[in-house]
Amino acid sequence: MARRPWSRPLAIPILLAMIEAHSLTKRLGGRTVVDDVSFRCGPGTVTGFLGPNGAGKTTTMRMLCGLLDADAGAATVLGGRYRELPNPGRRVGILLDAAAQPGGRRGQEALGVSAQTMAVDERRVGELLELVGLDRAAARKRVRQYSLGMRQRLGLAHALLGDPEVLILDEPANGLDPEGMRWMRRLLRDFADRGGTVLLSSHLLYEVEAIADRLVIIGGGRIAAQGSRADLLAGAGTLAEASDEAALLAALDAAGLPARAQADGGFIVDAEPEDVGRAALAGDVALTRLGPSEGAGLEQLFFDLTTSVPDAAPAEFMEAIR
Amino acid sequence: MSTTTIAATIARPSLTRLTAVELRKMSDTRAGFWLLLSTVGLAVAAVVILGFAGDAEDHTLREMLSVATAPVVVLLPVVGILVVSSEWSQRTSLLTFTLVPHRSRVLAAKLLAGVVLSLAALQACIAIALLGTAIADPGVAGTWSLPAWMLGQTTVYVVTSMITGIAFGAMLLSSAPAIVLYFALPLAWTALGSLAFLETAARWLDGARSLAPMTDELISTTQWARAGTTLAVWMLLPLLIGLWRVTRGDVR
Repeated sequence: MARRPWSRPLAIPILLAMIEAHSLTKRLGGRTVVDDVSFRCGPGTVTGFLGPNGAGKTTTMRMLCGLLDADAGAATVLGGRYRELPNPGRRVGILLDAAAQPGGRRGQEALGVSAQTMAVDERRVGELLELVGLDRAAARKRVRQYSLGMRQRLGLAHALLGDPEVLILDEPANGLDPEGMRWMRRLLRDFADRGGTVLLSSHLLYEVEAIADRLVIIGGGRIAAQGSRADLLAGAGTLAEASDEAALLAALDAAGLPARAQADGGFIVDAEPEDVGRAALAGDVALTRLGPSEGAGLEQLFFDLTTSVPDAAPAEFMEAIR
Repeated sequence: MSTTTIAATIARPSLTRLTAVELRKMSDTRAGFWLLLSTVGLAVAAVVILGFAGDAEDHTLREMLSVATAPVVVLLPVVGILVVSSEWSQRTSLLTFTLVPHRSRVLAAKLLAGVVLSLAALQACIAIALLGTAIADPGVAGTWSLPAWMLGQTTVYVVTSMITGIAFGAMLLSSAPAIVLYFALPLAWTALGSLAFLETAARWLDGARSLAPMTDELISTTQWARAGTTLAVWMLLPLLIGLWRVTRGDVR
C-alpha cells in the first residue's frame, strides 16, 4: 500500500524509543546549557544531532550516557536509565571524544582492555580493527602516535566492540578525510538498516545531512527544529540566484514574493519555483539558478543559530580570562 | 543482537573481572611496564649491593628482604598513582565509566588490583632475598630465620604504601601533582618533624618514623597505634577524598 504523505508524522510518536531525552535540562556554572530538550530515536534510524559548538550537544549526550545528572527531565536508553544497564558496553556503543584515549597503549591493547571489561571475545578486536581500517602496523602503534582520524576510527571500533543495538557518537566525523566520511556513512547506514539505532552529533550540516533520517537541531541549549530529513528539507521555499541581485530582489518585490537574502548569495523565496521564474521574467532578470531550496533553508536556519553564538562568546571569554 | 546472546550480555562484569582489567592496565602502558621492571631490577640491585658491601651478619634472609622491599615501597605506589590519575589526565575515564557506570566499583577494582600487585611484588622480593641469601651464604646464626611478625609487618607496609599511592592518585586526579606530593609531602613533614615543638606530632604522623620500622623490628602496641594514626591521615583521608571526587566529579 502506498504511504499517504500525512502518515509520516503520525508514525513518529508510536516509534519505540531506543534513546529518549525527555525535557532534559542542565545548568552548569549558572548558565542553562541544555534547556528542555526532548527527542526520541527509534530502531532502524540514524538521528543527526546538529548544532553549533557550545549548543549543548555534548552535555545532552553525557546525560544520556549517565556521566552527568540532569537538573530536570530524564534521559533513557533502551527504556531505562543508562546506569542501570548491567553491562552497558554490550548494548550501547559510545564514542564521546576521540581524543580521550589511552595514549600509552597500543591500539589493539586499548581495545583489548575494553573487550576484557565487557567480556567480549578478544578475537573480535582484530576483526574490528580491520573493519575500521586500522591495519596491523597501526594496531601495534601507541595511540599517542595516532592522527585524529585514526583515533576516530579506533573510537568507532571501541563503540562497536560489544556488538551493541544503539550507538551514541559525539562528532564522529571530526578529523576524518572525505574517504573516511564516506566509509563511516556506509557503516552507520548499514548498522541502522540491520535494526540498530544511531544518534550522532555534528556541528557541520553536510556531515549529517547525507546519513541522517532524522535531524534534531539544537542552538543555545534549546531545540530549534526536529523532524525527518524529508520534512525539514521540504517546504523550505525556492532558491533563486542571479548575477544582478538587486534587480532580482526588485522583481520579487514587484511580484509580492517574500524573499530572504542568503549568506552566500541568492535568495530563499517563499514560493514555488514557477512563480519565482515568472517574477524574474516580468522583471527582465536573467536567473543563474532556480530550484527547490532543499538544504538551503536548513542551512539558513543552521547559519542563524551559528551566528547567534558569537554574541554569547565574548562574555564567556571575558569570564574565562578574568 | 540475537536473542541467544542476551543472557550473556546482561551479566554485570564481576569485581574479579574488573580487578583483572585494572591489573592489566597497570602493566600494559610504557610507564607501567618500566616502573614494574625497574622495581624488580632495583630490588635485585639492592640485594646484590648488600651482598657485596655488607658484613656476613647483614647477609641473613631478614636483612636481604628488608633491603629488597625498600624500592618496592618507593616505586610501586607510583604505579598505583598512575592507574587512577592517568585515566583522568588522558580522560580515558570517559571510556571506563561508560563501560562501568558505577564508579565506586572501578575504584574498588583498582584498590584490589593494587593489593594483588603489591603481594606479588612481595613474593618476588622474598624470592630475590632467598636467592641472595643462598648465594651470599653467610653461615651466621639465624641466616634463614624469617619470623612471622617480620613477614606480616612487611606485608602491611608494602600493601598500605600501594593503597596510599592509589589514594593520592584519586585525591588529586592528576599524575604530576600526585607523584610530586606523594614524595614531597612526607619529606617536608619529616623535615618539619625535626623541629622540637613538632616532635610529638611527628612520632604519630611521620611515616618515616612510624611505618619504616615495620621491616626492621617487632612493632610494639604503641608503635602500632602510631602507625595506624599515620595511615589514617596519609592513606585513609586521601582515599575518602578520592572516593568522593571520583564518584561525584564531572568527567571532562
